[in-house]
Amino acid sequence: AFFSLSPADIISTVEFNHTGELLATGDKGGRVVIFQREPESKNEPYNQGEYNVYSTFQSHEPEFDYLKSLEIEEKINKIKWLPQQNAAHSLLSTNDKTIKLWKITERDKRPEGYNLKDEEGKLKDLSTVTSLQVPVLKPMDLMVEVTPRRIFANGHTYHVNSISVNSDCETYMSADDLRINLWHLAITDRSFNIVDIKPANMEDLTEVITASEFHPHHCNLFVYSSSKGSLRLCDMRASALCDKHSKLYEEPEDPSNRSFFSEIISSVSDVKFSHSGRYMLTRDYLTVKVWDLNMETKPVETYQVHDYLRSKLCSLYENDCIFDKFECAWNGSDSVIMTGAYNNFFRMFDRNTKRDVTLEASRESSKPRAILKPRRVCVGGKRRKDDISVDSLDFTKKILHTAWHPTENIIAIAATNNLYIFQDKVNSEMH
Amino acid sequence: MGEEEGLPQTQLLDTMFVRGLKRKCFDGEEDIEGTLAGIKAIPSYNLQRQSLLDMSLVKLQLCHMLVEPNLCRSVLIANTVRQIQEEMTQDGIWQMINSQSSGQASLDRLVSTDILCRSSREQAEGKHLPGCGTFSKDFEGDQAQGSSETMSTTSSVQAPRNLQGNVWDMESPQENKGNFQKSLDQIFETLENKSPSSVEDLFSEVDNSYYDLDTMLTGMMSSTKMGHCDGLETFSSPANAAPNSNCKSDLNELDHIVEIFVES
Repeated sequence: AFFSLSPADIISTVEFNHTGELLATGDKGGRVVIFQREPESKNEPYNQGEYNVYSTFQSHEPEFDYLKSLEIEEKINKIKWLPQQNAAHSLLSTNDKTIKLWKITERDKRPEGYNLKDEEGKLKDLSTVTSLQVPVLKPMDLMVEVTPRRIFANGHTYHVNSISVNSDCETYMSADDLRINLWHLAITDRSFNIVDIKPANMEDLTEVITASEFHPHHCNLFVYSSSKGSLRLCDMRASALCDKHSKLYEEPEDPSNRSFFSEIISSVSDVKFSHSGRYMLTRDYLTVKVWDLNMETKPVETYQVHDYLRSKLCSLYENDCIFDKFECAWNGSDSVIMTGAYNNFFRMFDRNTKRDVTLEASRESSKPRAILKPRRVCVGGKRRKDDISVDSLDFTKKILHTAWHPTENIIAIAATNNLYIFQDKVNSEMH
Repeated sequence: MGEEEGLPQTQLLDTMFVRGLKRKCFDGEEDIEGTLAGIKAIPSYNLQRQSLLDMSLVKLQLCHMLVEPNLCRSVLIANTVRQIQEEMTQDGIWQMINSQSSGQASLDRLVSTDILCRSSREQAEGKHLPGCGTFSKDFEGDQAQGSSETMSTTSSVQAPRNLQGNVWDMESPQENKGNFQKSLDQIFETLENKSPSSVEDLFSEVDNSYYDLDTMLTGMMSSTKMGHCDGLETFSSPANAAPNSNCKSDLNELDHIVEIFVES
């Protein structure tokens, strides 16, 4: 199945909730759009499991920092769902500075038969009231209400790049370029700083935090990645300020590939724990890597996303594409990993078969219920029909944000301002 | 910004940089004549490294916008600049260059992308010291002809200067290195403070050593203070710009004219 919509703005984040029933997207205009999966029904087999718009709301507005004379963008950087604890759904959304907790509730009944008020809410003339009645709940059209429950402001001097909910469901962390804060979901006027890599002298700054995440099972462990390509696993039990990592994961540089761009392309743009909690997945400019938590010296697996760009690094530096931050994702069973690339291509790597595939998210090549055709980028040499040459790749069409359903083979791909949702019924996409 | 636009002038840089730091024989002390004679169709490593340095500095300057600049990007670019600077230092080039007048140095140091694409024959002809180069694709398109002509004129004027001038792509000595480091520091301080005045300060400080390529391209006076190029800014559009005439006398004349206009 295939679903596409075109909001006016560029999608900046995509996230499934813990059951996969809901899919949230944030965009550059500060809006959040939530999709809900239609329940599968035997009556309409072709509507099985399609995602339709469930709710839309304005999460963040543009602000102006008068002290610095700078605008604060309303762009939603990240959305994270809280595990569902009652009938309501909750999510955290953040822009560069402020994190907000939103509660999403459904209303499908309303009380009727008040004694003192009439249907429209006007007070009744008491002389007309001759008997008492008990108001009853009558069904109404489903209404989805979204309310801001908490606003976690003034916690960050620098730009927030990640938020992550702890497995304890009570705390969460937010990371900016230089600091990571720990918040309690119920307390907005206070947060604990758990990582601070700001140097005493800003002139000495050479490394920033690029992403961070809590371990899915161990509520005391979290990881953060840096612009120098390293990962630091920290244990909050060890000390209050987790500047000293428990473990440092770093791969030594390959001297034969050394160039002025080595550091830039080693910068980790995203880090994700596997569902099992045994591995971490990182994305840098040209590769995705799987790290075993028990091995700090090098990744256990490395996959080339688009190695043909290695000879184009200077051009990509000039047009700033080298700074693009791609995300990565695990499938539910941690057997396949996915990440985006240019030309609206995205890549999937099967860790078991070692096979990989390149697919394209575009209107032209995707029709509802059609099977995605694998694409190929040719680097010279033999060129097959339908191959794209490296020089004709469109670098303005980048797939930075992707998400995988927690249990099923459903993926959400954000291509600029279009959202694509692909489902795999027959598990035949990997060739 | 299309990738197609970026490719032409940096294609050669890509070819060179993909190999990493495998430099050719133009090593520090070795010989300057060797450097010159060794230039073939592929531009020298030093030249390309200088281009990358200049490109990086432009990027750092241009990141002051309405919204707070991306700190990660700035840090990565600054680190790249430091890397290049360190390598240049290790090359020992610093010691080799006599201190030229700073105005001259600023002009000499910029590299025309035109040079990168120059044929070996042209290169063999002149002692092609660069005039003011730019990285702009537009500019290069317009100027390709003009600059190569003025190049040869310039180079003949410059030829007597000294052979050390042939290491034109190197930064001049410690003083500029100091300026340079100061620029980096200021960039980070600016990122910290973010007050408009510090942005101005940054520009004015850095411009003692470098062109603001952006303003030169548009031919408009910017709010930044320029070094010796004010006169050029006022009177030339990019198409007519004669930034390659780095004869001091021309500049002095233009400065003089500017002063008259300003006073009136």
